[in-house]
Amino acid sequence: MATPLNLKELSKKEVLLTGGHRMCSGCGAPPVVKMVLLASEYPVVASNATGCLEVSTCISDYTAWKIPWIHNAFENAAATLSGVETMYRSLKKQGKIDKEIKFIAFCGDGGTYDIGFQSLSGAMERGHDMLYVCYDNGAYMNTGIQRSSATPFGADTTTCPAGSAVPGKLQQRKDLTKIMAAHGIPYVAQASPSHWSDLMKKVRRALEIKGPKFMNIIAPCNRGWRSRTDDAILLSRIAVETCYWPIYEIENGVLRVTSKPKEKKPLTEFLKPQGRFKHMFAPENEWMLKVAQEEIDKNWERLLKEEAFTAQQEPAKE
Amino acid sequence: MKLKGWKEVTPGAVVTEAGSALKFKTGSWRAFRPVWIEENCIQCMFCWIYCPDMAIKTKDGKRAEFDYDYCKGCGICALECPGKKGQKAIVMEEEGK
Repeated sequence: MATPLNLKELSKKEVLLTGGHRMCSGCGAPPVVKMVLLASEYPVVASNATGCLEVSTCISDYTAWKIPWIHNAFENAAATLSGVETMYRSLKKQGKIDKEIKFIAFCGDGGTYDIGFQSLSGAMERGHDMLYVCYDNGAYMNTGIQRSSATPFGADTTTCPAGSAVPGKLQQRKDLTKIMAAHGIPYVAQASPSHWSDLMKKVRRALEIKGPKFMNIIAPCNRGWRSRTDDAILLSRIAVETCYWPIYEIENGVLRVTSKPKEKKPLTEFLKPQGRFKHMFAPENEWMLKVAQEEIDKNWERLLKEEAFTAQQEPAKE
Repeated sequence: MKLKGWKEVTPGAVVTEAGSALKFKTGSWRAFRPVWIEENCIQCMFCWIYCPDMAIKTKDGKRAEFDYDYCKGCGICALECPGKKGQKAIVMEEEGK
C-alpha cells in the first residue's frame, strides 16, 4: 500500500537524502530532492548532472545519498541514466534481476536547459523509462551566478551585470517544459516545493507511467537571487501566485493547470524581494517591469487556452 | 574522516558507505539558531518537509527536537511555521547570545 500523501505518514519514511550535505543555508534544491525521493514507492537509482546539488551532496568520501547515485559529467546525466536503465532492462530480461526499480535524473537548469539539453532530448526521444527532474534556480549558481537560458528577463548575473551598459539579462527565458512537451513524451509537469503535495502527486503519477517523463521544479537560490536565507519556500509560492511559475502537467497531450491562483498577484511581488531585480525598480528601467509582466500575462493566457483546447481535443481518461 | 592514500581509494572513486555525509556536521555554519516552542506547535510538519538540511527529528509521525548537528540556521522553518493563535512555534535566536 502506498504511503498516504500526508506529512504525518510521510515523516515515518526514511529520507534518502541525509543532512551533512554542503548546499548553502536555505537552499531550495534539497527540499525538492527530498520530496521527490519521499514520493517514490519504489527503489530509486539516480544520476546527477554537475551542478550545485552534485558537488555539494557528494564531496570525496562524503555522500548525502542513501540510494545508488551516479555522477558522470555536466552534459550527460540523461545519457548516463539511459545506459543504466538499458542495462537494467537487459538484466531483467536475462532473469538476473526481478525488482521494480525507478530511474530518476536530477539536474540543475544549466545541466538541463543548456549543457545537458541534447542528451536529455535524445534520452526522451529514445523513450527510456526514466524521470528527469530539473531543479531550476535560473542561473549557473554553482560557479558564481552566470546567466543560463533559464535566467529570467532583467535578472542581474555576473555575465549580464546590471549597470550602465546593460540593465541585466535582455532575453526572455526559454520555456523548457513546453519544449519537453513537444517531444510528445507521455508526462511533463511543472511543480513548486511550496506546493509539496502537488509536487509529490506529480512524481507518483510520473513513476507509474512507463516511458520518458520530465519535471521542471523551481528551486530558489538565495545567493544568486540576492534574497534572504529563509524565503526559498516563500518565493517559490509567490512564483506560483504571480504565475511566473505556473504549476501544471501535460499527460498524453492533455494539459491541466493543477493550481490556479485565486487572485493573480502582480509580478513585482516576486521581483521585489530579490536583489537581482533591484535595478528594474529604478525610474529609467520601469519599461522592464512592463515587459516582464506582459510576458507573464501572455504565457499565462496561452496556458489557460491550451488547457481548454486540449481538454476538448481528448476524451477524459479513466 | 581520515584522508585516504591512493592505494585505499576505490576504483572510479566509488563511495561505498551510503549517507556518509552524516559524519560532516554542518551545524557550525549557523549564525541563528531555531528554537522550538512546543506549546505553540500544532504538528503541521511543514518545518520537517521544508527543511533543506533534514535537521528536524521525528518520532511516530510527530516532530521532535531540532538536530543542531546539521541545522544551518537558514530560518525557513520559522518563516513557514503557522504557529498557534498567531504565536510561532519556531523562533530564531542569535547564536552565542
